[in-house]
Amino acid sequence: MIDSIINVSVDLWNWFPPGWQTFLEILGKIILIVLPLMIAVAYTTYAERKIISYIQVRIGPNRVGPRGWLQPIADAVKLMFKEIVLPTNANRFLFLFAPILSIGPALAAWAVIPFDRGMVLTDLDAGLLYILALTSIGVYGVIIAGWASNSKYAMMGALRSAAQIVAYEIAMGFALVGVLMASGSLNIGMIVEGQSGGLSSWFIWPLLPLFLVYFISGVAETNRAPFDVAEGESEIVAGFHVEYSGMAFAVFFLAEYANIILIAALTAIMFLGGWLSPFEGLAFAQGTWLAETSMLWFFAKTALFIFCFLWFRATFPRYRYDQIMRLGWKVFIPVTIVWLFVEAVMVVAEIGPWAA
Amino acid sequence: MNFTDLVFYFFSAMLVLAGLGVIGSRNPVHSALFLVLSFFSCSALWLLLQAEFLAIVLVLVYVGAVMVLFLFVVMMLNINLAQMRQGFVRYLPLGVLVALVMVVQMVWIVGPVGPDVFGGEQLNQAVQHAPDHSNTSELGKVLYTDYVFAFEVAAIILLVAIVAAIALTMRRREMTKYQTPGKQVQVRKSDRLRVVKMDAETSK
Repeated sequence: MIDSIINVSVDLWNWFPPGWQTFLEILGKIILIVLPLMIAVAYTTYAERKIISYIQVRIGPNRVGPRGWLQPIADAVKLMFKEIVLPTNANRFLFLFAPILSIGPALAAWAVIPFDRGMVLTDLDAGLLYILALTSIGVYGVIIAGWASNSKYAMMGALRSAAQIVAYEIAMGFALVGVLMASGSLNIGMIVEGQSGGLSSWFIWPLLPLFLVYFISGVAETNRAPFDVAEGESEIVAGFHVEYSGMAFAVFFLAEYANIILIAALTAIMFLGGWLSPFEGLAFAQGTWLAETSMLWFFAKTALFIFCFLWFRATFPRYRYDQIMRLGWKVFIPVTIVWLFVEAVMVVAEIGPWAA
Repeated sequence: MNFTDLVFYFFSAMLVLAGLGVIGSRNPVHSALFLVLSFFSCSALWLLLQAEFLAIVLVLVYVGAVMVLFLFVVMMLNINLAQMRQGFVRYLPLGVLVALVMVVQMVWIVGPVGPDVFGGEQLNQAVQHAPDHSNTSELGKVLYTDYVFAFEVAAIILLVAIVAAIALTMRRREMTKYQTPGKQVQVRKSDRLRVVKMDAETSK
């Protein structure tokens, strides 16, 4: 019985022409990445509500399902059945297109993220550049949403967000220049391999200032607290998505959390050695799973940074707008430039990871 | 026609349509968005030519930074559309003339006349590389060895341009009020807070 099923499926597979087989294979891989990602996004919202609740000595969602585990599903169902209201004189096409522009890059960037050695959709040589390019496109969703809504609050939010993202992208790019100086490659797999050798050879140590700049800029790029002036509830209601309802709003929400997970994963890859084990080469872990490289390490490191995102939100008050700009332009960019010079000196003098 | 040709024609058609949209749409914001689309199509065409570094940088620089600021400005402007379209008929002949000259030039170079004039053996010499060929590192090697002088000069010109742009917009206005965060952080409790001891009021 089982043999015949396998035979039929193999026959069916061989029946496709080779071009189609490649296409179907890639499509299958994309589904394998996007589907778990969407589930992770849904449960990141749950994690956010729960973690912030516990930090504020509350219980958080606990009605839907055991311990509230079905809450994200209930939220999704609710949002799907809500009406999408089109504001008067809104630009209809752009209004509905903006959420797609927002989530598209957030998902497309996962094409070059390696989950384990060789476990990547596209082993792109210029992977780092691809990531930078795609994260910079995400801002269009916000800008277009703000403009197409025909609302002043939305417009304010869009303008704030545009200025903020452009400012922090430069610091982020410079921080990544440091990473590629350390690894000598733009390929993300090679960047991770360059950090092999246990906890002490991760890039976080020689590049500590760049790590801090990168992660904080990442928080700013995703418009998360304490840099969430684009939504700023107390000032401009909900910023760029004030006019959105139902599924259109939900897609913005998904994009925001997909971006959070993306930034967390990227920080884990660039500075904490991605899928590499922290106990590599240590005596006590020798021969056990602890010393092995595996996807679990990647997920654990990513989860750590996602937790930091939620922790920040519960801890810090919102930055004032001029302070955000000051931090981005006058603090982070000089810090990264200075550290790039320090790094160049270290490379030439063969200090730290560059020791011959 | 194979798959690559199909992709080429798709993105070329998109590029031409987006270009028409840039000059043809009534709303400046739509024009800017069409320009973004044309950059994207162009970058896809470059990818077909195996120039992945240039393609990604085109998206990174033009779409990710320049066009964002462009949109930013266009959205803030309150453009009078009727006034903008006033000169359309007057400038049309000149525009058509320029376009025609450009088309003739391009046809001349690429078309049947071109190979004899510009050296036909130069045109079809694009080297095919294996998929693992790194276009980026190749470009880097050339930029930092053979063309290092030109590259550094370009970098200095850009730096001067940045400094000039900042210097042009930086002016001290009398009315603006702002804080110095350095001073704010250094404030001590003893500088501004005075704890007053007094008896609790009691009702008599």
